[in-house]
Amino acid sequence: MAGVSLRDVRKSYTPELQVIHGVSMEIADGEFVVILGPSGCGKSTLLRMVAGLETITAGEISIGGRVVNNLEPKDRDIAMVFQNYALYPHMSVYDNMSYGLRIRGLSKDEISVRVRKAADILELSKFLDRKPRALSGGQRQRVAMGRAIVREPQVFLFDEPLSNLDAKLRVQMRAELQALHRRLGTTSLFVTHDQIEAMTLAQRMIVMNAGRAEQIGAPLEVYARPASTFVAGFIGSPPMNLIPQERQGRKVLFGIRPEHLEPCGEAEAMLVAEVDLIEPLGADTLIYGHVGNEGARIAARMHSSIAARPGRLPLRYLPEHVHYFDPASGKRIDS
Amino acid sequence: MIENRPALTVLSHAVLILGVLAVAFPLYVTFVASTLRLEEIMSVPMPLIPGDQFLANYSQVLAAGGTTGSKAPVSTMLFNSTVMALAIAIGKITISIIASFAIVYFRFPFRNFFFWMIFVTLMLPVEVRIIPTFKVVSDLGMLNTYAGLTVPLIASATATFLFRQFFMTVPDELAEAARVDGAGPMRFFWDVLLPLSKTSIAALFVIQFIYGWNQYLWPLLITSEESMYTAVIGISRMLVGGDAANEWNLIMATAILAMLPPALVVILMQRWFVKGLVETEK
Repeated sequence: MAGVSLRDVRKSYTPELQVIHGVSMEIADGEFVVILGPSGCGKSTLLRMVAGLETITAGEISIGGRVVNNLEPKDRDIAMVFQNYALYPHMSVYDNMSYGLRIRGLSKDEISVRVRKAADILELSKFLDRKPRALSGGQRQRVAMGRAIVREPQVFLFDEPLSNLDAKLRVQMRAELQALHRRLGTTSLFVTHDQIEAMTLAQRMIVMNAGRAEQIGAPLEVYARPASTFVAGFIGSPPMNLIPQERQGRKVLFGIRPEHLEPCGEAEAMLVAEVDLIEPLGADTLIYGHVGNEGARIAARMHSSIAARPGRLPLRYLPEHVHYFDPASGKRIDS
Repeated sequence: MIENRPALTVLSHAVLILGVLAVAFPLYVTFVASTLRLEEIMSVPMPLIPGDQFLANYSQVLAAGGTTGSKAPVSTMLFNSTVMALAIAIGKITISIIASFAIVYFRFPFRNFFFWMIFVTLMLPVEVRIIPTFKVVSDLGMLNTYAGLTVPLIASATATFLFRQFFMTVPDELAEAARVDGAGPMRFFWDVLLPLSKTSIAALFVIQFIYGWNQYLWPLLITSEESMYTAVIGISRMLVGGDAANEWNLIMATAILAMLPPALVVILMQRWFVKGLVETEK
């Protein structure tokens, strides 16, 4: 087992085209860290740099205290699970899982023990003789994970491994991944654009935007105290409401999460929304409208027992749920 | 489109039957002629029922060849043709699969330039460069050798292009997964790429075997000894002059024998051949 540390890691393809603008992070031994961001933010590139599939333009990556910048992937003691699984189509499940071990020259018995153990954990024992094309998506996903597990690496790298699965299977595999991590305790880096995956799997997460780490922290901490308007808008569905305001003589963005708004009487109103769209979801109801003269959009999550109608809706909130951001830089203002 | 119109069915079958007859009848005549005596062939009309000289004609051509024109035994010619066709097919596939591997998976200066150079040779078939090639081969002392027969025909832009297109459809992640697994480039080539290409290889083998077998102009130029004749050349050398001078029964037997190996290759490898052309196992 080993931790991973990134020190001001940068990547550029040409001098003008820089895609990672200096990311630093310490990942503790055994930690499950999720890299979250929209597509094109450089999250996969960052992971591939840790894997050794992309060169590192500047900065330093070390795994278990050893700088790996110039090591081949096979010498970094990592295993990677790819988005499209990348199983060898002509090999059986057993051969797929054991290929890396055979190259490393392990004995047949040792290979067999490791593969069977991994197959047991992943409930693949029945399928060891099958070819990947005779497996379902979820089973292929498990084979890809099995291939990573048998190598007993220091670090697991996951590149959006659940994005090719249907919604139901994704939830199931998410739970299995969590159980697997509890069981093996291997340091894991997991790339996703899905905030729910990130919130549920991560011990800590790193939210990336345009090649920069916007915020690094535990999921709930990131949710409760977003460091920038980007994070506030990216995490949470619907995203945090951001309303331009004047506060202590300076322009700010006032942020409040939809679930922290509740309807009230006219007298207590802290915000008045002009509701134009109502989405009843069963457990709760989403209300959309606009506030103020500038017509900033606002969303509120209400308990479904509250009957909502288009038109004027007075709202209140608790002061501790309010966030302020600087409108120019988008950074959080701590008062 | 599924239509049920009897007239159309009859018409389409008539066209198909005509087509089959046009192709099959000459073959049948060839076969019949190869089982007759020379006098029977020369008679008008020629009989269309197989005669009783099958064994006599075939054993003569296989063992001794004709008595006029070329006197090389057909068994030698068949052997030469087989060597030539196999060497060309295997050589082409080996060289072009390695060339495409380099072009697709390695980054080196002028990579595209080299690919296009290979591609441009498509415009230069054997016939166009035949005189300089002949000069080179004869200066190297390779006339009347198997090397002279095969080497100039081995370079293949078509096969290189086909493998390149196939390799480009193989997902990059496969190469990356192999890299993470610790496989070097050649290991990846042997363990992953080659097994994935086997249907393409089979299809190319069939095409190139037939291409090699049917070579006419090149072996005609560089083989002057009877012991180096290929089957196709052997037939042409057996035609020495006027109609009456030719041993048509023996020539026809040789023609049938020369047709058999490519037909066998196609029939035996048909399943693979079709698979290689229509599907890719990924």
